[in-house]
Amino acid sequence: MNVVIVGAGPAGLAAAEHALRAGAQVTVLDQAETPGGQYHRMLPEAYAAKRPDRIQHGRAEFDRRRRVLAHPRCRWWPGSTVWAFDRAEKRVHILRGPSDGSGRRRLTLVPDALILATGAHDRTLPFPGWELPGVYTAGAAQALAKGERVAIGGRVLVAGAGPFLLPVAESLLGVGAEVVAVLEANPVSTVRKGWSSRPWRLAAHAGKAGELARYAATLARHRVPYLTGRAVVEARGADRVREVVTAQVRADWSVVPGTERPYEVDAVCVGHGFSPQPELAVAAGCVLDDGFVRVDAAQRTTVDGVFAAGEITGIGGAVTAAAEGAVAGRVAAGGKPGPALIRARDRARAFAGRLAAAHPIGTAWRSWLRDDTIVCRCEETTYGELTRAAEDDSRPGAHALKLGTRAGLGPCQGRICGPTVSELCGGAERHHRPIAQPIRLGELAARTEGEPE
Amino acid sequence: MSGWLQPRDRDPVGRTDRPIRITVDGEPVTGIAGQSVAGILLAAGRTSWRTTRSGAPRGVFCGIGACFDCLLTVNDVPDVRACRRPAADGDEVRTQSREETA
Ligand SMILES: Cc1cc2nc3c(=O)[nH]c(=O)nc-3n(C[C@H](O)[C@H](O)[C@H](O)COP(=O)(O)OP(=O)(O)OC[C@H]3O[C@@H](n4cnc5c(N)ncnc54)[C@H](O)[C@@H]3O)c2cc1C
Ligand code: FES
Repeated sequence: MNVVIVGAGPAGLAAAEHALRAGAQVTVLDQAETPGGQYHRMLPEAYAAKRPDRIQHGRAEFDRRRRVLAHPRCRWWPGSTVWAFDRAEKRVHILRGPSDGSGRRRLTLVPDALILATGAHDRTLPFPGWELPGVYTAGAAQALAKGERVAIGGRVLVAGAGPFLLPVAESLLGVGAEVVAVLEANPVSTVRKGWSSRPWRLAAHAGKAGELARYAATLARHRVPYLTGRAVVEARGADRVREVVTAQVRADWSVVPGTERPYEVDAVCVGHGFSPQPELAVAAGCVLDDGFVRVDAAQRTTVDGVFAAGEITGIGGAVTAAAEGAVAGRVAAGGKPGPALIRARDRARAFAGRLAAAHPIGTAWRSWLRDDTIVCRCEETTYGELTRAAEDDSRPGAHALKLGTRAGLGPCQGRICGPTVSELCGGAERHHRPIAQPIRLGELAARTEGEPE
Repeated sequence: MSGWLQPRDRDPVGRTDRPIRITVDGEPVTGIAGQSVAGILLAAGRTSWRTTRSGAPRGVFCGIGACFDCLLTVNDVPDVRACRRPAADGDEVRTQSREETA
């Protein structure tokens, strides 16, 4: 069996390990130069860091996991972007070379089984002023601080929903930024209900509990307030953000009038959870549910020979992603996952369910929006334009809506505004991106190399 | 205050910094080997380097290649995501507006 794995995050690395154990020939591809994905983010090799473990928790475990890439039956291709998948030929199209460069090498592979482990990116709901420079996703602050030791600003506010805000605050403090506050939009009652409705299940994630305690201690040491039931509802500034307005919100995230409070900041990072990156799964013709790739108990997608694992199938954190990857790797290689692997996966998924329950997105967030609030960042389509188009009977349907307002037609191809537009205007999100990652015309015209070996 | 690179002597990871030089619209800017183009620009105090169709400034938003807000031109190749591109010594970077590339 010849298994190709796209993505070397927790899911992809676990898939590789278990596909190798089942005897397969494995190729792991990642567009990044280093393995690890979003969770095990590595410092650039050129930094020659002597003590990377000081900022990367679970470093020993990661070192063990990534050793699979050196296995004699494993090929590891960093800097390799999968830009398309040909459904009829089951052919994976790859570009190797500097990101968005011209003249990258074009390669293709035709595997017996394909495992998609492409992960997720932050979901940030729009609010007035969110397009200003200095407003970042929480993940951007994390990527820059943990990945390159760059602080996005001196005074930073961290806001949104979910436990991910805590490591972001920790990383910002670690590069010398002042974190003004960490704001969780959900009220403490919602968070507590989700986290501890079945406390015995948390035992399976004892590591997570310890991690949370560590974040709490770090915030306390730096006197960073952690406030629940508060959200960023506006960013202000001319050329860049200078001030953000926060407000107390109810359980449904509607603003409590009179509770608005301005903060002077250099930067603000906001994340309301994550959106999957299912472009390749879409290209392969896999069925999605609510944007996530549908998989069965063996991590099979609806397309024969194509598997999926990790955050493209549901948001559950690194442990869940790895547990799913393990099952996918075994099955894709023609093996049978043992009951222990299945149990670990199911337990991890249950944890993911609790996470979702503890940090939901309140349905009244749209009350933050004004007529002129930008929803599609690329095309600068406003909330007013979208709602007027959605009410206009002469252009029914999501497709017409897009063409009429251009929302989702810009360079990001709806990655950022897609879920928001479908929520605001009704109708399912349309995923139609035959090209998963940009390729230049010159590269498209160049001859493809076949299997290099 | 805008962004910075955590000074080496205050960074517990024990870095070995190798300085590199790039130019941004002809102006020299220094960074260290391994940084992304976006990281160098942010650490140099810039928050934006692209303008949208309406002329609004943009820089980094998602930081991981999803939003395409951080596009710029590197060595005459337009539409490079600054957050995903490791900078190389001598890179000539130009800021860009949407019209140029549309
Ligand atoms: C910016 C960001 C920072 C995060 N930081 C943390 C953190 O500090 N702590 C925490 O607990 N959780 C963090 N998370 C959550 C984290 O994503 C998950 O817990 C976990 O990493 C999911 O694992 P995964 O294997 O499913 O996906 P990922 O770890 O996201 O791995 C997916 C990999 O696929 C690659 N890829 C995607 N598309 C392609 C393609 N077309 N071609 C080639 N390669 C491709 C990507 O480069 C990436 O390396 C972060 C998430 C984001 C978005
Ligand atoms: S900041 Fe989003 S693509 Fe670079």
